[in-house]
Amino acid sequence: MSTYLQLVHQVKQALRLGLLKPGDKLPTAREVVDRLAINPNTVLKAYRELEREGLVMGRPGMGTFVQRSIGGATLADQTRLRRGLTAWVQQGREAGLDQEDLEALFTLVLGDTFREEIA
Amino acid sequence: MNAALEAMSLGIRYKRSWALRDCSVSIPEGRVVGLVGPNGAGKTTFLHAVVGLLRPTTGSVRTAGEVAFMAQDKPLYDGFKVAEMLKLGARLNPGWDQESALARLAGLGIPTGRKVGKLSGGQQAQVALTLALARRPRVLVLDEPLANLDPLARHDVMRSLMTGVAETGMTVVLSSHVVSDLAETCDWLVVLNGGRVQVSGDIEDLLAEHLILSGPVELAGSLPQGARVVGASRAERQATLLVKGVRVVDPRWVVRQASLDDLVMAYLRSPDEAALPRPAGVGA
Repeated sequence: MSTYLQLVHQVKQALRLGLLKPGDKLPTAREVVDRLAINPNTVLKAYRELEREGLVMGRPGMGTFVQRSIGGATLADQTRLRRGLTAWVQQGREAGLDQEDLEALFTLVLGDTFREEIA
Repeated sequence: MNAALEAMSLGIRYKRSWALRDCSVSIPEGRVVGLVGPNGAGKTTFLHAVVGLLRPTTGSVRTAGEVAFMAQDKPLYDGFKVAEMLKLGARLNPGWDQESALARLAGLGIPTGRKVGKLSGGQQAQVALTLALARRPRVLVLDEPLANLDPLARHDVMRSLMTGVAETGMTVVLSSHVVSDLAETCDWLVVLNGGRVQVSGDIEDLLAEHLILSGPVELAGSLPQGARVVGASRAERQATLLVKGVRVVDPRWVVRQASLDDLVMAYLRSPDEAALPRPAGVGA
């Protein structure tokens, strides 16, 4: 995956997990570049893409701010679901499944569930 | 869009042999340009012409605005203290930005009272870069800035350089023969080979118009119209091609995107192929 898409993906992930909320300011291009040693145009391009999707908004001279979250779950729902998933992973490990086994199983069930919805 | 750097049919001859022949490039402002090519391709000669250390034998080269140059053998005096290097820079350069130079060195934890010769290679590179940035150039030209640095120091120098770009919007031209150094940092590629410009263009556009195809050898003869095979290798019945200008291919090919490394290697191995914008075009 290109660096630009990785950045887009990371911000979306943070929005999904509630780590970034509407009104929060994204780091400036300079701050990102100073950490990652990447081309600042890459950061600006990722922010433009997020803006195009309506997730963030750039305010000239002030920075880039989160406009809306993604993913339906509230923070409380997320905490509950996460707890359930942790218990499921625990059971899997007790049954002798390793990380790859669990990932495969999760992906399979996820795929099946959404296919049933479409059918 | 204005060009930050423009070379038109640039040629440089040393005595009887040509180091550069008919080089034309036009690079938009604010780009970070990676100049690559094998040893002896003319990279240093090209950079010296850009910064005005060499006079073109034919054609011309010009830059928009102030140019600063960081030569390959870091231009520092080992016996000087860092503060004395700064003082020298301030004397020699009218637009000198002493304040940001000091802030930069403090941020890097480089003591200005130390002699340059006592600093590590990475720190010397940072001091040289600080001196170049303090001149507040619109175009910063660096000849192999990462040569002889360990991976950590390379990362730190690139961080400093990219932060400088973020702060000022300057155009950067840097040469390297390590393509992986450029993948995260450069957005414009220039490939020099045998004194000629073989590739010049926006890296994302270049990657989008090149594909790598693997499949049975007999398919290689029936590529769609407009396809240009830049590089090809064969193993038994299997052919692997790097092609330009193809979007839809026979489904029997296994297709993948070319990486920057794939692209550079394929062109360097096929010196007669070229990927250049149309003469009038400046590119994206």
